[in-house]
Amino acid sequence: MEISTDALIAISIIWGFVFIYAVMATMDFGAGFWSMIYLNKEHMKATDIANRFLSPTWEVTNVFIVAIVVALFSFFPGATFVLGTVLLIPGSMILLLLAIRSGFLVFSNTAKERKTLRYISGISGFIIPAILILVLPVTHGGFIEKTDGIYNLNMSKIFSSPNAYSFIGFAILSTLFLSSLLLADVSNVAEEQDAYRAYRKSALITGPISLLFAVCIMVTMRNEANWLYSGMMNDFSWIIASFITFVIAGIALFLPNKSFGQNIGKPRLALVAIGIQYFLASYAYGRAHLPYMIYPDVTVMSGFTEPATFRALFATYIVAFIILFPGFFFFWKMFMRDKRYIRQEE
Amino acid sequence: MDDLVLARSLFGTTMGFHIIFATLGVGLPLMILVAELIYQKTKDDHYAIMAKRWTKAQAVLLGVAIPTGTIAGTQLALLWPGFMEVIGRVMSLPFQIEIYAFFVEALFMSIYVYAADRLSPAMRIVAVFFVLVGAAASAVLITNVHAFEGTPAGFKILNGKITDVDPWAAFFNPSFFITAGHVVLSAFMTGAFIVASVAAYKMIRTRKKEKVYRFHRKALLLALTIGGIFSLLTALNGHESAQMLYEYQPEKLAGAEGLFETKSHAPLAIGGFTDPNEEKVKWAIEIPWALSFLAANRFDTVVKGLNAFPRDEWPPLFIHTLFNAMVGVGMLLILYSIIGVVWRKVLKKDRFPTWLLVIFMTAGPFSLIGIEFGWIFACTGRQPWVIYHLLKTSDVVTTTGSIGVLFLFFTFVYAVLGAAVVYVLLYYFRKHPVDEDLNTAES
Repeated sequence: MEISTDALIAISIIWGFVFIYAVMATMDFGAGFWSMIYLNKEHMKATDIANRFLSPTWEVTNVFIVAIVVALFSFFPGATFVLGTVLLIPGSMILLLLAIRSGFLVFSNTAKERKTLRYISGISGFIIPAILILVLPVTHGGFIEKTDGIYNLNMSKIFSSPNAYSFIGFAILSTLFLSSLLLADVSNVAEEQDAYRAYRKSALITGPISLLFAVCIMVTMRNEANWLYSGMMNDFSWIIASFITFVIAGIALFLPNKSFGQNIGKPRLALVAIGIQYFLASYAYGRAHLPYMIYPDVTVMSGFTEPATFRALFATYIVAFIILFPGFFFFWKMFMRDKRYIRQEE
Repeated sequence: MDDLVLARSLFGTTMGFHIIFATLGVGLPLMILVAELIYQKTKDDHYAIMAKRWTKAQAVLLGVAIPTGTIAGTQLALLWPGFMEVIGRVMSLPFQIEIYAFFVEALFMSIYVYAADRLSPAMRIVAVFFVLVGAAASAVLITNVHAFEGTPAGFKILNGKITDVDPWAAFFNPSFFITAGHVVLSAFMTGAFIVASVAAYKMIRTRKKEKVYRFHRKALLLALTIGGIFSLLTALNGHESAQMLYEYQPEKLAGAEGLFETKSHAPLAIGGFTDPNEEKVKWAIEIPWALSFLAANRFDTVVKGLNAFPRDEWPPLFIHTLFNAMVGVGMLLILYSIIGVVWRKVLKKDRFPTWLLVIFMTAGPFSLIGIEFGWIFACTGRQPWVIYHLLKTSDVVTTTGSIGVLFLFFTFVYAVLGAAVVYVLLYYFRKHPVDEDLNTAES
């Protein structure tokens, strides 16, 4: 099936948003979780480090999930109709958890002494990625039923699917892994040795387990969504490349460290390598997913918007990128690079 | 209850809850910006403290505004998939541009809050200015979708298929500027009056502490001034909005005014309740000819009554009461501002009597009631249409069912968030009283 250039651009933009949100959100939810775990070990500064990352970024991260929803119904109204119909229940669960999580995150930063607030935020945030990722297997087909032209999601089928459970496990472990790695890097810049050691250790444990779950996803996908499995296997080089970057990250965590003077790793190198790893893996996934948005009913062509609307939207994307880029750069400079912020005493 | 009623109840509850925080999210940044500017001009520490404290409140309120806004945006697709399919094809521009406005707001809000000590005074003002621009722009853009629902443009429906799509014509639909203006102006008004309410309450509590009393009096005057200006502008714009209805949605105007018979020299009914059996507004004060004049500036203007429309396309009749209450609140708040400013600036009184402060305390709650009534009027007054005369709400509702349970869950979570946000605000400001800030500023 022929995919038009317009539809390809549109789906690439959505893929880009999904990738950015997936990485930022796992770091965000994970950081919330760690900030809760280390709450009672104040001397380690691990909670402080997590909050220093989380406070300025959660709003920006949250905009990306809205950006995904908007890009989806703007570019692919037909797919949105099906997804909106079948995802009413899981989508509402995600929204409720997201509301509790964001609200209580802000509340716990304002009323710092009230630890219950942070537990509510930490736990609800930890559950979100597990449910959110289920949108992926739903689009693989097999869970959506169509009776008399009305779409319906078979929930019991999802909860008895090994593939769905592999995705859930992968989401949870990736959340812990990516956030530990990021916070290890932040602790390294902040020169907080205790926090750094703790986060590096979590990254070393959760990294291999998350890779194991990724393998589980592939193995179970072979039975449950063979079209996607064979698509990914046809382009095996991406998966190989993704595995190599994972190994590089692992090695990087054992290289000599400048601040702490021992062989306990270069976290920045590991973080960049893992970013590339997730990029390559999700590219392989997204490429094999085409031309289907929801298998087998909706393709990128059948759900695509009006040509005039696409052109208008695309023009706004270009203008917005030019306007917003300096804003993002300034933001990154203020919070991710300015050592005065990262090393501050609370 | 059927799915349509439940879906409308759920979405209405979401919007009714979100709109409180969204409105303050637009209104408070204006107050913060004005306080920052006055501080830079006068170097009076009190205004820097106001900006700091309002920013803290704003940051906490955003903790509810942002997730409930995310819910509202996603619920559109979950509850009204048929509607969003049309919107996606025709009217997605405002949603898309709103995302960029969100980014501007989120980036600069974080910069203003968490990097304030590393910014020069000029950069601080730039940052808070961009927060205001981002917030106001998102309000304008999202209201544009609401405007489009009332005055659709830029597409045709032929045999159930959408054709001739012109997204920019849809974007600049006839009621865009007036409707969006109404929302932004009333948000600026509400942000100010909420501040006025708090300041008035604090003045009653701190009558014996001269220094703190002076601080709150400054805040009250600033709030009443800004609130007065914007409630006046909202009223002028509201008049335009009503004339817009006369031209584009006559049955909504007829419903709002409780007018059944089409006629020239139509009277304006103020107050009362619309009675469909007697076809008149009961217990209302009638001003002869006034409705015709307000509708199009001439007493012989023919205003269409409800009987000119099929009964199943009538808006609900209670909108007359909502409409009147909204207008009444606006008028009352203009009066509050005049009294407050005259008392201090013309009569030069240092002290406000308690009874007057108690009245001022109602300014914030009244503005929020006005906002709520205005939105309920605007949205239920469009029924049974989701896109005026083109698409019925009953045709776009989800077919999934089990909305009743979701309605309970969402309502429960909103109640929890509402209670928690009040608790956290009280907790924080009790722990960090103004006296502390004033003492730090002096030392």
